Amino acid sequence: MDAEIRPRTSAAIPLRFSLPIGGVAGTSFKPEYLAAILDEGPQRGFFEVHAENYMGAGGPPHRMLERLRRDYPLSLHGVCMSIGGPAPLDRAHLARFRGLVARYQPALVSEHLAWSTHETSFFNDLLPLPYTEATLARVCDHIDEVQEVIRRPLLLENPSTYVSFRNSTMSEADFIRAVAERTGCGLLLDVNNVFVSATNHGFSALQYLADFPLTRVGEIHLAGHAEQSDDEGELLLIDSHDGPVADAVWKLFEIVIARRGPVPTLVEWDSNIPDWPVLKAEAAAAQAILNRGCAMEDRHAA
Amino acid sequence: MQPEAHTSYAAAFAPPLLDPDGDVPAAVTGPNGKSAVKRYDVYRNNVTVSLIEALAAIYPAVQRLTGPDFFRAMARFHIRETPPTSPLLFDYGRDFPGFIARYEHARSLPWLADVARIERAWLDAYHAADHPPLSPTALAAVAPDRLANLVFTVHPATRVVRSSFAAVTIFAANRIGESSDRIDASTPEDALITRPEFDVVVQRLPPGGAVFLTCLMSGCTLAEAAAAATEASQDFELATNIAGLIEAGAFTSLRPGDQK
Repeated sequence: MDAEIRPRTSAAIPLRFSLPIGGVAGTSFKPEYLAAILDEGPQRGFFEVHAENYMGAGGPPHRMLERLRRDYPLSLHGVCMSIGGPAPLDRAHLARFRGLVARYQPALVSEHLAWSTHETSFFNDLLPLPYTEATLARVCDHIDEVQEVIRRPLLLENPSTYVSFRNSTMSEADFIRAVAERTGCGLLLDVNNVFVSATNHGFSALQYLADFPLTRVGEIHLAGHAEQSDDEGELLLIDSHDGPVADAVWKLFEIVIARRGPVPTLVEWDSNIPDWPVLKAEAAAAQAILNRGCAMEDRHAA
Repeated sequence: MQPEAHTSYAAAFAPPLLDPDGDVPAAVTGPNGKSAVKRYDVYRNNVTVSLIEALAAIYPAVQRLTGPDFFRAMARFHIRETPPTSPLLFDYGRDFPGFIARYEHARSLPWLADVARIERAWLDAYHAADHPPLSPTALAAVAPDRLANLVFTVHPATRVVRSSFAAVTIFAANRIGESSDRIDASTPEDALITRPEFDVVVQRLPPGGAVFLTCLMSGCTLAEAAAAATEASQDFELATNIAGLIEAGAFTSLRPGDQK
C-alpha cells in the first residue's frame, strides 16, 4: 500500500460508528472487586469482562454482571473466537457471544486478531497468524460473519506476538488497516501490545502507530508486561497483564491520544490481581491523560 | 506457494504446543533470522500454565490435598493427554477425576478422584441455570393418597456423587476449611450438590439417599424411588430424605406421575 495516502490525524475522517462512552477510562472487572465497586456508588468509568466467563447458563456470574450493568457501561471482550484461524468459526460459540451482546447491551464489543482452536483442541492462548492475502481474506470473512450475527461493528484488537511467520507478505499495521477497510470493523488499539511486539520484533512502535489507522480506533487497552530474554539473550517482552502499565507505554498512550483524541481506554490486569484501589489508580492515571486530550480538542475547536 | 499453504499455519503451529519434544515450527522465526526456540516456548508456556491454572481453579481441594507441585505435575500430564475441546474453560476437566483414579502416583490417596468429582459437580452447580426451588410447603398440599405417585423435577444444579470413602468430609475440610480433627477416610459418603439461590450447597446424603435421589432424577415416582432406596439400605428413612432434599433446594416442582 502507498504510505503517502495514509491519514495521520483523526480530525478529517469521522468514524462510521459511534463512541457511546467517549473518552472514559475503565478497568477489567474481577468478581472480587464487586463489593468495593458497589460501596463507592456509581462513578464515571466502565468495566470490561471476558465474554467466555459469562457463557454459563446462570448462577452468580450473571447476577454479578447484571448488578454491575445497572450502574456502568460494559465492554464485552471476546478471547476465544479464533477469528485469525483457518477453520470456520464455531457457530455455537458465536451464538453464545450474540446472546451476551443482546442480554447486556455492552457499549463496546471486541475480539482478537489471533486464533486459539485447531481441529478439536482449544489452546487457551492468543496464537499468531501469517499476514498474507489469503489470511486477510479469511479474517475478513470471519469478521463479516461475526458482525452479521451480532448486528453491530466489532472492535478488532492488535496482538502481542513473540514470533513472526516467514511467509508473511505485509506488515501487521497494513493487514489491520485492510481488515478495517474491507469489513467496516472498528479497532481496539492495545498500546502495550504495540510496545511488546515492537520490542520483540525490532520495529519502531512510533512507526507502527503512524501506520495504524487511528481513526478506526474505538477503544484502547493498556496493561503491564514482563521481561524475559530470547535465544540470543536479548530482551523479549511478555504480554503478562500482571503489573502496572510501563512508563514507555504511558508515553505511547499520550502520543496516541494527542493524535487521535480521547477514546474509551481500559487498563487490563488479569494475573497477580491487585486490590481494587491499585487498579483504580491506574485508571485514574489514564483518565488524566484522556482529560488533557479533551482539553486539547477544545482548544483546537476554539 | 502451494494452494493449501495459507491454511497450514495452524496445523504446523499447534502440535508442538503440548508436545515438549516437538520441534519449533519451521514456519516461524525471530526478527532478522533470529532463533525462535525461546520465543515459541512463550506460547508453549502460556498454553500449559494457563490450562494448569484452569484445573487448579476448578479443583482447589484436590490441589490442597496433593500440594501444588504434585498437582501441577498431574495436571500437566492430563492436559497433554486430554486438552480442552471447548473455549469455555469452566467446562474443562470432566475427565480429570477419571485420570486421577488411574494416576499411579495418586494411589495412596484413593479418595482423591471422588473429591475431584464433587469439585467438578460444584462448578456445574455454580454455572447451572437459575430456577426457584420447590417451596418447602408444596408437599404438605398434596393429598396423602397421591404422595406415592408423585414425580419430581430436579433443579438444574442438582448432582449426586457417590463415594466409597469419606469424600464429602474430606472435600469440606480442604475446600471450605470445615474443621476435621480426625477423618476416617474409609467411611463411605454420598454427596448432594445443588444451588437453590446464590450459594452452592454440598451435603452428605443419609443412608439410601443417593439411590433415592438418583431414581427421582431419572423420573421414578416417589414410591418407586423409596422402594429402590430401601432395597439399597435398610436404614433408609423416606420422611427424612424427602424433607432434606426439598429443604436443600434439590427440586423445582412436583406433579402426579402417570397412572399405572
